[in-house]
Amino acid sequence: MASQLINANPVVHERKARSVRQPTSAHDDLAVEPIDSLEVFDHVRDIKDPEHPYTLEQLNVVSEDSIAVDDKRSHVLITFTPTVEHCSMATLIGLCIRVKLMQSLPPRFKIDIKVSPGSHASEVAVNKQLNDKERVAAALENPNLSQMVDECLASSEE
Amino acid sequence: MAKKLGGNGAARLGFLHQLEGHTDRVWGVAWNPASRSGGAPSMLASCSGDKTVRIWEQQSTVSSSSPSWTCQAVLDESHSRTVRACDWSPNGKLLATGSFDATTSIWEHVGGEFDCIATLEVKIHGHENEVKSVAWNTSGTLLATCSRDKTVWIWELQPGNDFECVSVLNGHTQDVKMVLWHPSRDVLVSASYDNTIKVWAEDRDGDDWRCVQTLAEPGWGHTSTVWQLSFNMSGDQMVSCSDDLQLMVWDSTVDPSEWTGNGGGPWKHLCTISGHHERTIFSVHWSRTNGLIATGSADDCIRIFAEDPTNVASSVSFCKVLEKQKAHEGDVNSVRWHPKDPRLLASAGDDGVIKIWEFEQDL
Repeated sequence: MASQLINANPVVHERKARSVRQPTSAHDDLAVEPIDSLEVFDHVRDIKDPEHPYTLEQLNVVSEDSIAVDDKRSHVLITFTPTVEHCSMATLIGLCIRVKLMQSLPPRFKIDIKVSPGSHASEVAVNKQLNDKERVAAALENPNLSQMVDECLASSEE
Repeated sequence: MAKKLGGNGAARLGFLHQLEGHTDRVWGVAWNPASRSGGAPSMLASCSGDKTVRIWEQQSTVSSSSPSWTCQAVLDESHSRTVRACDWSPNGKLLATGSFDATTSIWEHVGGEFDCIATLEVKIHGHENEVKSVAWNTSGTLLATCSRDKTVWIWELQPGNDFECVSVLNGHTQDVKMVLWHPSRDVLVSASYDNTIKVWAEDRDGDDWRCVQTLAEPGWGHTSTVWQLSFNMSGDQMVSCSDDLQLMVWDSTVDPSEWTGNGGGPWKHLCTISGHHERTIFSVHWSRTNGLIATGSADDCIRIFAEDPTNVASSVSFCKVLEKQKAHEGDVNSVRWHPKDPRLLASAGDDGVIKIWEFEQDL
């Protein structure tokens, strides 16, 4: 870990109160609720930032609006905004988001993770790495990287 | 002469068997080339994120039309990380396996037991270099390996099952995902995360290997990672598959070692097949027996393509013969046609299973 933080003074936001879900009209105990962006957001909002003692939500790295879910097609697109443009933590944050969703969502889901357009100097390169399944698999076999991911996910409540 | 299937009738991909045992995703499958030769049963190798390689054999009984499969061996002592690739030598006696642990292992099939007879170390300056693909040439004298370190290594098999590195090929600017030999020439092709395909051949004086051509934009090329390549039976055409959701077919008739031209290169783009795949195409295989192209994709489908019989233009075109949705419960990582039986196809997926399929088409 570098002794100098990439972003020493991040802007910190309040944690949004969890919105109360409206019950569905046709109440069926056996029905499986389609997964929506709020549910996906609930999985990732408390991931800890690798550098600061704040969550991705508090740093506005992810928000409910940055998540698009198509339950029928089993597809999730999650866009995240690193706190600074040259953030070298971007690939680690993206990896944490992917691991958390892999652990939390049904295996049928295809997950695409991108940095929000214009938010990173190496946007194309970062997006390519984050969505190359082989690169991700190899990265997660690296014990140092895998430990960092575990630390970021440790405080995540769900 | 390869029997060309792909007529106009309805096509089906019937499920025959499911091979279970791996405890993580299966990255690759490889049919033993000696399958069904001289009475030998069909044999398949598979490699997985569970760090093992499994050898499967189909029982050869005359009493059943589709005899069952059993797992003959689990090779679990050689690799410390994901085993990403496996390839049999042409006579079916040796199996090469490539792993994220940066090593390549060579296994020898002796009777009913599999022994690890050699381990290759592929490391440069101590960096981590995951091996992504391994490939034997047609005569079984050379083995190619490639890695995330952007290089391709060519090894020569020595007496006593020893291997000597004969060349390290630099040129790709990103990981190399696959290496493959031409079916009748000692010409090597490589597919990369840098979106290009490179063609490598030995110098006239046999001194060293060089890149004879790069199939890339501008001109004709993929716009994202190229995952796999496959030659047709004669080697006069090659197909590539990519993260850009396209297949490209190339004219590979000209021998690159004979190429002296200045512009372009010996091989030409023939056609692009697009609009069928919804997510990354991880695997493509051109059957040596029936002329069909199979693909495996991250959209969980297996698709089969044939040369378009209705095409009247002078150029080549392909049409989709079949789309098998939810072929696996997860990405399909590898598809491979049987070396002898034109109906059989094996596939491997993120769901940890291998499936054997039977292709049929009405005339």
